Amino acid sequence: MTESVGSPTPNDTPPKTQRPNFMDRVTGVGTGVGKALLMPTLALVIALILGAIFIALTDLEALAMLNEDFLGALKHMVVGVGEAFKAMFGVFGSIYGWSETLFAATPLILAGLSVALGFRAGLFNIGATGQMLIGGMAAIWVGLHISLPAILHIPLALLAAIIAGAIWSGVSGLLKARTGAHEVITTIMLNFIALFLTEFLLKTPAWQDPTRNNPLSEQLPPSARFPEIFGGDYRVTIGLIIAIVAAFFVIWLLFRSSLGFEFRAVGYNPTASRYAGMNVPTLFVLVMAVSGGLAGIAGANQVMGLAPYQVTTAFAGTIGFDAIALALLGRSHPVGVLWASLLFGALKAGGRSMQAAAQIPLELVIVIQALIIVFIAAPELVRAIFKVRPPEEEPTQLTRGWGG
Amino acid sequence: MTETSTTQVKVRATPEIRRARIVGGILIVLAVFVFWFFGLNVMGDLDATFKLTLPTDRFAGIEWVVNTRTLAFAVAGILAFLGGVQLRRATERRTNIALAIGLFFFVFSFLAWAAAGKSFSLVGMLRSTVILSVPVTLGALSGIMCERVAVINIGIEGQLLASAFAATILGSAFGLWAGVIGALIVGALLGAFLAWLAIRFRVDQIIAGVVINIFALGMTSFLGTRVLAEAQDLNAAPQFPSIPIPYLSDIPLFGSMFFNHNFFIYAMIILVIILHLGFFYTRWGLRSRSVGEHPRAADTVGINVFLTRYRNVILGGLIAGFGGAFLSLTQVSRFEENMTAGIGFIGLAAMIFGRWMPFGALAAGLVFGFARALQQKLGILATPIPSEFLLMTPYLVTIIVVAGLVGRANPPAADGQPYIKE
Repeated sequence: MTESVGSPTPNDTPPKTQRPNFMDRVTGVGTGVGKALLMPTLALVIALILGAIFIALTDLEALAMLNEDFLGALKHMVVGVGEAFKAMFGVFGSIYGWSETLFAATPLILAGLSVALGFRAGLFNIGATGQMLIGGMAAIWVGLHISLPAILHIPLALLAAIIAGAIWSGVSGLLKARTGAHEVITTIMLNFIALFLTEFLLKTPAWQDPTRNNPLSEQLPPSARFPEIFGGDYRVTIGLIIAIVAAFFVIWLLFRSSLGFEFRAVGYNPTASRYAGMNVPTLFVLVMAVSGGLAGIAGANQVMGLAPYQVTTAFAGTIGFDAIALALLGRSHPVGVLWASLLFGALKAGGRSMQAAAQIPLELVIVIQALIIVFIAAPELVRAIFKVRPPEEEPTQLTRGWGG
Repeated sequence: MTETSTTQVKVRATPEIRRARIVGGILIVLAVFVFWFFGLNVMGDLDATFKLTLPTDRFAGIEWVVNTRTLAFAVAGILAFLGGVQLRRATERRTNIALAIGLFFFVFSFLAWAAAGKSFSLVGMLRSTVILSVPVTLGALSGIMCERVAVINIGIEGQLLASAFAATILGSAFGLWAGVIGALIVGALLGAFLAWLAIRFRVDQIIAGVVINIFALGMTSFLGTRVLAEAQDLNAAPQFPSIPIPYLSDIPLFGSMFFNHNFFIYAMIILVIILHLGFFYTRWGLRSRSVGEHPRAADTVGINVFLTRYRNVILGGLIAGFGGAFLSLTQVSRFEENMTAGIGFIGLAAMIFGRWMPFGALAAGLVFGFARALQQKLGILATPIPSEFLLMTPYLVTIIVVAGLVGRANPPAADGQPYIKE
């Protein structure tokens, strides 16, 4: 069996004879960086416009004066939106803003890779949140209970996070392989179970800060903290380098290794893969395990990579859900995920400054992300809005119902 | 599943027999556990008092006292017997019945152990079971509505959340029924959105559903922080009162369980009956099911596949919207961020557990309701089990159910596949 090896660039597309991959079919564009960027850019533009409309429509002060002074209310809305977007895009105006973008992008890259890898193999891993929690907890345990110099301590804690995350998501893979249980449901249920388990563990002596009663972990020793790359003023740590290395690892795994070939083959057509002699159930478990391992690193980054190096149950945040949007936006390609993560990192950093400066809740970023997924997943919608000529394409179907 | 069967002389055991053996093994293990842990335990030799009526009932004060240790030994015996029968000779139908009976007695013995030396309101827990089953059952019914026409609705969670939000705001501003209507509209709109993405654009249905979930979560949290935090009076919805059914509500235990509830519980039961009759005894039901099983054949005989799918998915959204209204107009009157906490997904599991049948969904909903009620009431009893593990129970039960410990179920044949007209 010969494999068409892709090059690690965004314009990596299979030869004409091969069936276009899922993400090519989603975006409906063929080769070329410019064409590849067209649909995501348009999706982003519409999502931002709709976000602006939401800000305007929820401007209570403006709504209150709508009856007396219509133009004044309108002006108030526009000013509000302007302020919000100015604060949001202000992050591009300073080195600190850029560093915050990179800081926010770090866990996004790792979690996005986790989901993207699953997509390539036809599996939908919504469980990145839970895998991050379990991975992070494992990293904390190693950080607190093993004394080593940083050069060994950090890799060991990372390894623990990878293994813990891989085992946690491997459960979903195993359940799918053995019983056909759909990974969407099992990973979400495991998210909740991981959350309660984390809360429980954070109250046990092995994790809890001995001076506190609430579930809060003890502070990690300096040897288990990610060093900052650009000095103490900027929050970017070696976590970013780890994330980029992970991206290249996924490229190698997916496009250069025979295991990755089998992953992608299962993603295209599990039945054909089985007839070709691949062990599909084992592949399901392996895909989920690698995916969970990547999410585990993201979890480790959330505990080892940011002050105060101690966590509550909330340390995974919304990253697990951001990751779905990232994988779709990045067309399930590691390089695409890198760029998408930078964009979302900017949205997050911008969202934080928007919250501080214009009192717009950070959750608007989640809404914008959901809109981006809609427009990426339904390219016809974007084409209808922008009158882009439709390319030849097949309908997109990634998952295969409950049967697996 | 890959069958790496080498040259075998012996005939392989059928899956049914293998399952029966597994179930038999589980029952034996449970029997040993009950004997050892609930029976020989020091806490075991105490009486547990189960209250069968609420203090406010007409016949208040009916109790049932049971010796924990005696009960545990009896239950261990029953479990061992059932397990033994399963291991020796097994048929598929009896396996499920044996498992159900075994688990019932196990839970009963567990409750007696947890309530040893104390008094426990059994009626309170069973009443909560029925109440807590409502959103799960409604979620499952919504799922059935969609999947019977082969559209997977993963977005039930988001539909519940968004409609609960709408019910809170409109209920606070204009009263109970405005809240219900608002929730129904929001549910139907999200259902229509799902149908539009899945049918018109043939978007992957799982992704379309996840989008609805993320969008609902983001939008309700955004509006909750931006609007509800400013206008607190919009986050104080009234609650539907209980409507006791005359005479029936006076029956000890069953009266409180089934006949003294607010209108949602009665509506849910009526809805289950209507859906069952609708799906299996009307023209609409036959057409819907044919669209779900073989859309091309349905199209060939003149059924409008797209219209049927749109209609059912929107109706499914309506049902989910009704569930959302229940969440914010009965139990809690305040909207909280992500207040559904996975109920929509548990509803999907209930749909699978109930094998895409309305009455199955009701039964499965009651099982999940029981798991949640158990978790709540055990917290009061102060058992040595940490509360976090009790909170995990409904989610663990969901995984076990979806993983098919209760046997494989067959979804509608065309489930999840977009239909392309030729």
